[in-house]
Amino acid sequence: MSESAPIQVLINQAPHELPANATLADAVQCVGIAPPFAAAVNLQFVPKTQYASHVLQANDQIELIAPITGG
Amino acid sequence: MSMESPMSSSSPLTLYGETFSSRLLLGTSRYPSPSVLLAAVERAQPAMLTASLRRQTGAGGEASQSFWNLLREAKVPVLPNTAGCHSLQEAITTAEMAREVFNTDWIKLELIGDDYTLQPDTLNLPEAASRLIKAGFKVLPYCTEDLVLCQRLVDVGCQAVMPWAAPIGTGKGPVNPTAMRTLRERLNVPLIVDAGLGLPSHACQVMEWGYDAVLLNTAVALAQDPVAMAGAFADAVQAGHNAFLAGAMQAQDTAQPSTPVLGTPFWHHA
Repeated sequence: MSESAPIQVLINQAPHELPANATLADAVQCVGIAPPFAAAVNLQFVPKTQYASHVLQANDQIELIAPITGG
Repeated sequence: MSMESPMSSSSPLTLYGETFSSRLLLGTSRYPSPSVLLAAVERAQPAMLTASLRRQTGAGGEASQSFWNLLREAKVPVLPNTAGCHSLQEAITTAEMAREVFNTDWIKLELIGDDYTLQPDTLNLPEAASRLIKAGFKVLPYCTEDLVLCQRLVDVGCQAVMPWAAPIGTGKGPVNPTAMRTLRERLNVPLIVDAGLGLPSHACQVMEWGYDAVLLNTAVALAQDPVAMAGAFADAVQAGHNAFLAGAMQAQDTAQPSTPVLGTPFWHHA
């Protein structure tokens, strides 16, 4: 077992590889999304203040969504 | 000399204790361009603008930034929606994300039960509304005109409900007037018609019935001149509300001459 083995996650349904112990902040940086946006991991909202402390797990499904027109 | 009008008893639209000078809420989708949308907003002076959240990457990210800037320029309160959500958890998470992005507790709760008609999931809607209200949201639920559903939504704490007039984007106008009028008679909370209106006369009609506001999108956005149509809807909403306050006459089955009969010339000439 290697602690440094990278993990596979889905960001907006696209596969990404991140280092072990990567945080949600790392995932955000990985896709380069500009504010304003909000994040959820495995269908649970994660506030902005927790991005840096939210450690990701393998196969996590991350959603990053931004404002768009709506009815 | 000025005459006292019953309209002097008019009060502004009040939702969750907050007052709005307009009774028209406007959607922001499907306009020919952002500039047309902005001009329509300026013409209609809506109480709120609806918005949504979607995955954005690349060029989509630029569109999102552009829309964000437009919302800030419009200076109209934003009503985020949970469009496209099919489960309780999707709706709740989307609402929480919207609250952070738009910095507002307002949420237009959409919980879709059927993708073809976009009919709301009426069985789970009260539970979703209840959870969001407990989480501090000001929930405006998109629902059908079903009286018992709307009553349940009020029971769980919704201080206003938003029944459809017809399925989203159809522009058919009220397809079930009897149920909509019954709903108005039975519920005392603000009722906002959300979805299905196509013409200013539809908006005027529901306001004449005593509905408190309307939420429009496609009827304005897909008009040949969306800006002019935004103005027409704003006028129709106000006219319908004024008519409701004025109190309509009772319809009669038989003709009644408007002009006095007494003194009619040539009356009973041979």
